[in-house]
Amino acid sequence: MYVRQLSVTDFRSYDEASLDLEPGVTALVGPNGQGKTNLVEALGYLATLGSHRVALDAPLVRAGAERAVVRSVVVRDGRDTAVEVEISPGRANRAKLGGSPVPRPREILGALRTVLFAPEDLALVKGDPSDRRRFLDELLVARYPRFAGVRSDYDRVLKQRNALLKSAAAARRQGGSALRTLDVWDQHLADAGAALLAGRHDLVEGLRPLLDKAYTAVSRGGGPVGVSYKSSLPDDVAETADRELLAAALAAGLAAVRDQELDRGITLVGPHRDDLVLTLGELPAKGYASHGESWSVALALRLAAYDLLRGDGGEPVLILDDVFAELDDSRRTQLAEVVAPAEQVLVTAAVAADVPEALTGARFDVEGGRVTRVR
Amino acid sequence: MYEGAVQDLIDELGRLPGVGPKSAQRIAFYLLAADPVDVRRLVTALTEVKDKVRFCTVCGNVSEEDMCRVCRDPRRDLSVICVVEEPKDVVAIEKTREFRGRYHVLGGAISPIDGVGPDDLRIRELMARLADGDVTELILATDPNLEGEATATYLARLVKPLGLRVTRLASGLPVGGDLEYADEVTLGRAFEGRRAIDI
Ligand SMILES: Nc1ncnc2c1ncn2[C@@H]1O[C@H](COP(=O)(O)OP(=O)(O)OP(=O)(O)O)[C@@H](O)[C@H]1O
Ligand SMILES: [Mg+2]
Ligand SMILES: [Zn+2]
Repeated sequence: MYVRQLSVTDFRSYDEASLDLEPGVTALVGPNGQGKTNLVEALGYLATLGSHRVALDAPLVRAGAERAVVRSVVVRDGRDTAVEVEISPGRANRAKLGGSPVPRPREILGALRTVLFAPEDLALVKGDPSDRRRFLDELLVARYPRFAGVRSDYDRVLKQRNALLKSAAAARRQGGSALRTLDVWDQHLADAGAALLAGRHDLVEGLRPLLDKAYTAVSRGGGPVGVSYKSSLPDDVAETADRELLAAALAAGLAAVRDQELDRGITLVGPHRDDLVLTLGELPAKGYASHGESWSVALALRLAAYDLLRGDGGEPVLILDDVFAELDDSRRTQLAEVVAPAEQVLVTAAVAADVPEALTGARFDVEGGRVTRVR
Repeated sequence: MYEGAVQDLIDELGRLPGVGPKSAQRIAFYLLAADPVDVRRLVTALTEVKDKVRFCTVCGNVSEEDMCRVCRDPRRDLSVICVVEEPKDVVAIEKTREFRGRYHVLGGAISPIDGVGPDDLRIRELMARLADGDVTELILATDPNLEGEATATYLARLVKPLGLRVTRLASGLPVGGDLEYADEVTLGRAFEGRRAIDI
C-alpha cells in the first residue's frame, strides 16, 4: 500500500499543510525544528492512533488550537481509501473511514499500515519493559486489528481490579465485602490476559527467524540475535498460543500472589508486567551491547516487523525519521539497500547529504512550516 | 462566571450526566430566551417526576404506583426473572416483545473504579425474590461490556447453590455497548439464543 495524500490541520507546528505523495522514496529535508518529524508523526498516528514520541495527545495539537485533524488517502490494490482522525485531547477522538464516521476510532486501524524507524527506537533495547511491550502490542494490532479491542479490554479489567485491590486493602482491615468480587475480576483478568498473551507469544515466534536475518543485514557480525518473551508469572509458562492454558496459568499466578497484591494494592502478574528479552550472542542486549550494536538490534526489530507485515499481505509504508544521521557509512548503505525496494518509503533528514544514494527519489523541502516539492 | 441565578442554573445543569460546562451554558441561555410557557412545562415535568414517580417495590423499575406495570400484569410468567442494570433496559427489552417474564433492576453494575460494589446494587432484594421458589430461570441481561459481564459472573456464582437455570443473552449484541442501544431485532435474537453462563 502507499499513501497518495497526507494533510494536517492544527497538528503540531502546522496550521494547515498538504502533500501529494507517490510510491517509491520521498525525502523530507530541512533544518532542525522545521516540522519534518511532525509530518511523519501525523502519518504514524493514522496507522496506530498514537505518536511515536509522546504518550499523551495534548502536544500533538497546535498550541492555541482545540483539536487537530490528520487526513490521508491510502491506495491499496489500486483502490483509494480516505482515512481521517480528529484528535481532541481530554475528549473522545473521532475518525472517518472512506468519508463516513466510524463508531470508534480504533475501527480505522488496519486501513493504513506503517513501520516507523526513529531515534527513539534505541529505547527498544535500552529502555524499560514498557517500551518493548508497546512495540509488541502495536505490531500485534497492525497485523490483527482486533487486538486493539483485546488490549483495551485488558487495560480496563486491570484498572477495575487495581481499584478493587486498593479499596480491598482498606476493607480487609474492616472486614468489608469488597473482597467477594475479587474472584470475578481474577477470572476476567485471566481471560483477557490470556488473549493478549497468546497474541504476543505467536508474534514473538513469528519475529524470531526474521530478526536474526535482519540483524545480519544491518550489522557486521556479532550475532546471533535472540528474542524471547519473559512472563511475570511466578512459574514458567510455555510460549504457547493456547488461550485456555494461558488463562489457567494466569489464574494460578494471581492466586499465588494475592496476599502480596492486597498489601500493595496493585496487580502483580499479567501481560502488563512482562518483557521481551533481546540477546546478542550469549549476553542480554540491554546493559551489555555497545551503542552501535544496540542501534543495530533496534533497527533489526523494526525491519523484522516490516518483513512480518509484508509477509501477510498489505505491505506497510516505511517511515525513516532521522535514522541515517545516527548510523556510520556502511550501516547506512546496508539499511538503504534493504529498504529501497519497499513500495513506499518516507525519509526525513536535516541535510540532503544524509539521505543515502540508494534512496534518491522525490524530495520536499520543509522550512518554517512550509512544505515545498523540489524534485 | 455569570451573575447569581444564571450561574446557578449553569451549575445545576452542569451536574447532569453527559452535560459539560459548554452545553450547560448553551442550555441555560436557550432557557433564558425561551417562551415562558415552554419553560413552565419543563418545570412541571421535573416536579411531577419527583413527586409521582417511585420505584417498583418488587423489581426496582420506575413506576407511578407501588408496583410497576409489568409486575402488576397477571399474564406475566412468574417463573422467569430478567436482570437488567437500569429501567431504560426494561423499556428496550419490552420493545422486542420477546420476553414474558418479570424484571429485576439492579440500579447499575459492579465497578470498583466508581466505587460500586455488590452492596450498592439491588442484589439483596433479588436474592429475597429468588428465596420463595417460584422462579426457575434467571436471565442475566446486564450490558455487554466489562462491568456488565463481571456483574453477570458475580450473580451467576452467587445463585449457583439455588440450582436455577441461569442464562446470559446470546452474543451478537455489540460488545462494549449499552443494552439500550441494541436495535430491537438484535436484542430480540439475543433473547432467543440465550445460553447457559460459564462460571
Ligand atoms: N503542539 C505544538 N504547537 C506548536 N508547535 C509545536 C507543537 N509541537 C511541536 N511544535 C514545534 O515543532 C517543531 C519541531 O518540529 P519537528 O519535530 O517536526 O522538527 P524536525 O523538522 O523533525 O527537526 P529535527 O531535524 O530537529 O528532527 C518545534 O519547533 C516545536 O516547537
Ligand atoms: Mg525530526
Ligand atoms: Zn416491577
